[in-house]
Amino acid sequence: MATERHDVELSVNGVAYRRSVEARMLLSDFLRHELHLAGTHVGCEHGVCGACTVLLDGAAVRSCLMFAVQTDGCAVSTIEGLASSDGELSPIQTAMHEHHGLQCGYCTPGILMTMTAFLRDKPDPTEQEVREALSGNLCRCTGYQNIVDAMMAAARAIRAAAP
Amino acid sequence: MKPAPFRYVRASSLDHALSLKAEYGDEARFLAGGQSLIPSMNFRLARPSVLIDINGLSELASIGRSERQVRLGALTRYAALERDGDFLSACPLFADALPHIAHPQIRNRGTIGGNLSHADPASELPAVSLALKARMKLRSVRGERELEASDFFVGLLTTDLQDDEMLAEIAIPLPSGPTGGCFMEVARRQGDFALAGVAAIVSLDAEGSCTDVRLTCCGVGDTPVDVSATAVSLIGTRCSAHAIDAVRAEVQRTISPAGNVHASADYQRHVAGVLAARALRTAYERARNGN
Amino acid sequence: MTTRFFGAPVKRNEDRKLLTGQAMFIDDVELPGLLHAAFLRSQVAHARIRSIDVSEALKRPGVVAVYTANDLGDYWRPGPLLVSPPPIPGIVFNERTHVPLAKDFVRCAGEPLAIVVAESRYLAEDALDDIFVDLDILPAVVDVEKALQKGTAHVHADLGSNVAAHVHQTKGDYAKAAAKAHLTLKRRFRYEHGISSPIETRGVVAQWDARAEHMTVWDTTQAPVFVRNLLAGALGLGEGQVRVIAPFVGGGFGPKILMLYPEEATLPWIAMRLKRPIKWIEDRFEHFVATTHERGQIHDAEIALDRDGRILGVKDVFLHDNGAYNPYGLTVPINSQCTMLGPYVIPAYDSTFTSVFTNLTIVTPYRGAGRQHGVFVIERLLDLAAHELGIDPTEIRRHNLIPPDAFPYQNEIIYQDFAPLQYDSGNYEPVLDRALEMIGHKTFINEEQPKLRAQGRCVGIGIACYVEGTGIGPYEGAKVQVRANGKVSVATGIGTQGQGHFTSFAQIVADQLGVKVTDVDIVTGDTDRFYWGAGTFASRGAVVAGNAVNEASLAVRKKALKLASDAFECAEEDLVLADGSVSITGIPEKFISLGELVLRANPMRGAVQPGTEPGLESTQYFGPASGTTANGVHAVIVEVDPSTYDMKILKYVVVHDCGTVINPLILAGQIHGGVAQGIGNAFYEKLAFDEHGQLLNASLADYLLPTALEIPRMELDHATTPSPLNPLGIKGAGEAGAIPVGPLIAQAIEDALQLKRKKVELLEIPLSPSRVFELIREGDKR
Repeated sequence: MATERHDVELSVNGVAYRRSVEARMLLSDFLRHELHLAGTHVGCEHGVCGACTVLLDGAAVRSCLMFAVQTDGCAVSTIEGLASSDGELSPIQTAMHEHHGLQCGYCTPGILMTMTAFLRDKPDPTEQEVREALSGNLCRCTGYQNIVDAMMAAARAIRAAAP
Repeated sequence: MKPAPFRYVRASSLDHALSLKAEYGDEARFLAGGQSLIPSMNFRLARPSVLIDINGLSELASIGRSERQVRLGALTRYAALERDGDFLSACPLFADALPHIAHPQIRNRGTIGGNLSHADPASELPAVSLALKARMKLRSVRGERELEASDFFVGLLTTDLQDDEMLAEIAIPLPSGPTGGCFMEVARRQGDFALAGVAAIVSLDAEGSCTDVRLTCCGVGDTPVDVSATAVSLIGTRCSAHAIDAVRAEVQRTISPAGNVHASADYQRHVAGVLAARALRTAYERARNGN
Repeated sequence: MTTRFFGAPVKRNEDRKLLTGQAMFIDDVELPGLLHAAFLRSQVAHARIRSIDVSEALKRPGVVAVYTANDLGDYWRPGPLLVSPPPIPGIVFNERTHVPLAKDFVRCAGEPLAIVVAESRYLAEDALDDIFVDLDILPAVVDVEKALQKGTAHVHADLGSNVAAHVHQTKGDYAKAAAKAHLTLKRRFRYEHGISSPIETRGVVAQWDARAEHMTVWDTTQAPVFVRNLLAGALGLGEGQVRVIAPFVGGGFGPKILMLYPEEATLPWIAMRLKRPIKWIEDRFEHFVATTHERGQIHDAEIALDRDGRILGVKDVFLHDNGAYNPYGLTVPINSQCTMLGPYVIPAYDSTFTSVFTNLTIVTPYRGAGRQHGVFVIERLLDLAAHELGIDPTEIRRHNLIPPDAFPYQNEIIYQDFAPLQYDSGNYEPVLDRALEMIGHKTFINEEQPKLRAQGRCVGIGIACYVEGTGIGPYEGAKVQVRANGKVSVATGIGTQGQGHFTSFAQIVADQLGVKVTDVDIVTGDTDRFYWGAGTFASRGAVVAGNAVNEASLAVRKKALKLASDAFECAEEDLVLADGSVSITGIPEKFISLGELVLRANPMRGAVQPGTEPGLESTQYFGPASGTTANGVHAVIVEVDPSTYDMKILKYVVVHDCGTVINPLILAGQIHGGVAQGIGNAFYEKLAFDEHGQLLNASLADYLLPTALEIPRMELDHATTPSPLNPLGIKGAGEAGAIPVGPLIAQAIEDALQLKRKKVELLEIPLSPSRVFELIREGDKR
């Protein structure tokens, strides 16, 4: 029973994968150790810290609170998919660099994914709205201020670039 | 913190899900949003032998509206509720309560059925559904039954769901006359479980006089607590500050919070009263202003 | 040296890797045949171990081995004492260091009992359930006061008491001072710090190459060189046979130094036995008990002042919760003892502490490392004295500040670096003035506060001053090497946990060698790349390693100029080093690139002169004679809800002096982060133990780290009094933000709720809405 495996077909950052997994393998472990996409980080395995946040069919979710088997037929986006294929950083990644929005960088993947979805859905947020959107991602290094500044700047950049 | 092994079955239909649950009984759990279940499995506090994944049963995710009631499929995700403007207008208590539930990443997966079945007494929606006198529709291979919210929440993390049953739908009666609702809570951080929360519904007659009050609390008992009886004194009045303050004191006298690592029992008691007063005032204003 | 980059807000070299998910953290290490470990940890705080039966676990498919203390044979022994007690007269110190696996006794919940090794972490955790442990449960020592009472259980049965240490330090004569005082004020204070809780937990990967007889260990340690040395010694290997790599580490803050954690000690030993690489990643639940804490102290403190509020003396007796073992010596309570003196002239000081063994997790330094406790006491004493004497709380501080001409200032008592506490430089009053100006102190007190109070809003202000001893020795080293492509490679022995070393050190090199910051690559935390060092702790990275980098860069610069002057046959003074080349001043077309100089420095023919070395490289070390003293002032305006007692921070100001600043962007980040941890400590984070030594809130749902909604925007400013103790004039800054937040918040909440009128005093940290409610109610009852 424990060793029963399930087929799962999903796309991650636009690339199709087909694997056979144990039911209990968490999506976070699957991405990191099965697909070797180690950019998604694990901080708590109980859904609080947010470091493991990825996009599932465009919605921000905790990959530590899903089993890989649940993603059959889904499209997952992770930090590895944010920069363009020629390596150009996304506006959010660029803004984080410009504003010193990361120190140890461990919580950063979850923040990038959360805010990618947030700014897509809310292109012109107030600082308070940015802080609310960030409140589900814990950071122990930065005190959040530079991350907030980065997101406000990214929002401006995205709006400016919009057709 | 890896979960213990389990057998995983993706339910192909509601009947399939129910027959599996009938077969395995309390050894099996439904996997819906998983936002309460999976953390407890990762801590190895929950070790179901079988997980029945019902996420594919789209017929269970629905928001339906009629003259008299709103019907929510149990699999409806919090985020879907948040996006439905008509629903939020019809049920302002949900509009107030939903932003307090964890964070958007959790709300993208978590479902109302999962929340109510989990019955955490500090959770917002059990208190909200109790205030609304929601009716729970339970299904099993044996058929269907309906329960009042007050009969559904029976104890700490315990509902009246039998081993073979699934909460399939929640029916929320809509008010007839002028009504205002308000949910408020105090938590240490936004999205944390409530140290105390209050749901208040005030109904008025055409002249603006109170005809009914519903008042429930979360976080102060083993289940959501119905303290509507403390507000009986408001009926027939215009809910003056003085009258509301008397209800506050009565709520504080009535409840028996246990205290926890974040707050003493007396603090919970005190704050529940503060929130009751604030929520009643706002509910009354909203009823007066037509919401 | 022209400073182009030093002092500039240069953006970080390391960001791209981190932003694209390409940086290697410990759990990203993948090796063929990798095994996984899970530790069975005691659920009970104090017990005699009767037996541990692992036979069922060994039968589980996928389990490769299970080890208990007895299996370790001679390898099992208590670890070394990392920091000896300082040479303080009359000191009592009872050394009881921790062990790799519990044997005979368990002394805290979380102490490891057995290790399961399996093909996956999932399987290893399954097997933990198969292990049967027979324990004789003993009463747990949890309360530091009860621990010293007669008849209480002893954490170490052979010791006969729970005294880990007793230290008495004095300066001047307190009794005389108190006799002359216009006011003496005595209170009991309780300060609890919390846990570091970095977003990345700990981890170890060990790989033994039996043919090469070489051990590689990846470890989230802040001190890779020490770990390498201790492991080599313990395993019977030469230091050259062990390589310790600290990869990208997701936050350190102190507790990622403990040489050696049980997992660091055992995993390499297992790798040698099983001849397969093995990985252990701490999960969050484990982290709450398996990684060190910093916890509480109880202070009975007294201050004596004259009529004008000048401090005549301070006397303090305190108890320090040490936890079950004391491998880290007395760093934390000594810091509390010394930092209490603060930026003030305190002519007489009498401080005694007892460090107490408890059946709880070991206490070691966590960002602030005991300074918080001392600062809380002195700042609160000054607030209380100000109220008694009718003096403004900011003025009482001003009266007592060490004047700028008094440096180096001798505080006489012995500090954690084993030398008498000396403040090297500082100018405190302007820092206070600037903070008051930035927070709008006058306007707030005279206009805004009365106006808002009239509206029924409870707003209050707080000011807190502190000093921070930083940049202690013993030393650090750096090797700077110019490569043939003109880029520069630097290696140093410390590790990095987010402080931006890859950039700040590159700035130093870039200025000395006239190259771009992005052309300097830094390696930290790899003992094969740099052999010697201590580690990142005590706010010393920039000071000590930064200066070592500077010395090495200077040496390389001299070599480059010498080579170029030989090549051009001109004087070194006529040369300029910029843009990756050396050229003759005024004749830019006459230049040699650094890369070319490298080739010249390693010729195929000719002679390398005696007294010189080939290559354009240098290894230099820097060891400061003593620590250097940074200082700062924090100011805050808060609003408290008079019904729920929840607090909102409306404005937060930090004015900070850490000497010369390498990178203001990185420095600001360090202060933001420190303040955030301070706010967490002051109002949100609390370890809740029951009387059996069980941690009741071992999850991030219940141990409350502040989020972007709890941490306010902070306004920063800087003053600069360079340190005379190092050529760059740098002082440390890593811990500063976290240190004064407790008394700051207590003072502000007292002011917001006008608690002095109710005779309610906030003498404890952490606070919370519930705790404030309870304290006010207790006050009402009195």
